[in-house]
Amino acid sequence: MKFSVTVTLKKDVLDPQGKVVENTLKNMGMIDLKSIRQGKHFEIDINENDLKEAEKKINDMCRKLLVNLIIEDYKISKI
Amino acid sequence: MKSSVIVFPGSNCDRDIAVALEKMQFKNKMVWHKETKLPKSDLIVIPGGFSYGDYLRSGAIAGKSLIIDEVIKAANSGCLILGICNGFQILTETGLLKGTLLRNKNLKFINKDIHIKVLNNNTKFSKKYKNDQVLKINIAHNEGNFFTDSKHLEKLNKENLIAFKYCDEKGNINESSNPNGSLDNIAGIFNSNKNILGMMPHPERMMDEIISNKDGVNLFSSLMN
Repeated sequence: MKFSVTVTLKKDVLDPQGKVVENTLKNMGMIDLKSIRQGKHFEIDINENDLKEAEKKINDMCRKLLVNLIIEDYKISKI
Repeated sequence: MKSSVIVFPGSNCDRDIAVALEKMQFKNKMVWHKETKLPKSDLIVIPGGFSYGDYLRSGAIAGKSLIIDEVIKAANSGCLILGICNGFQILTETGLLKGTLLRNKNLKFINKDIHIKVLNNNTKFSKKYKNDQVLKINIAHNEGNFFTDSKHLEKLNKENLIAFKYCDEKGNINESSNPNGSLDNIAGIFNSNKNILGMMPHPERMMDEIISNKDGVNLFSSLMN
């Protein structure tokens, strides 16, 4: 079963990389651009056929390693 | 005093800290991260560097290595733990210290001598310094921008757990003396029991007048007594 995990910085956390990308796009003439937040994306393949169990295991991976819960949020979706 | 320096693939300040410890008469051992037993130690140092190439987040992979379980056990039984630079990042990833180190505000790797002020000299790490003493010390990092939630920040202030703050050479703590965007200019913190210190600046680089200065010496001599 395959999942995608998207990790983003929490709303209140400064994202200097996102800000630089945002400013560069604005300088390139993308004047409609409101804001950009940069994140990370993981594609995870897991040997588990039960959807609920699989989601639980992915969630565990996120909380134990993939995500720093102090500064990051995450979203799991099946692909 | 016996010390252990934990070495990860990508550590690069491990030998500097070993030289500093031996100079101060510590009996030091280097411990590879795959070891599952720690030598008997009064002090464990997690050195600077780029463990695992900073993959995922700085310190994230090292924070889950085999030896870390032993470091956590030792920390919880009162052993002194010092994390410098990447070592500080690793300590936050293990949960031994709260908070985290974000990318520097200016997005640049900063390697320069800056100033920090001693905020609490009533600890085993800092008793040879004076409160408000200004030290000139080297920083070399890309992710040194300390961040934590407001509850933890309140606790740090209330319980006097901030070890050092970035300042200018006169000791002024303000935005222009903050090299990396750290919350409230914080450069180093203690845990509640004050047996763990994490700091971004490198005291082991300030041990000799010939190559820098001796502003780091008192940190190690504090630990010796």
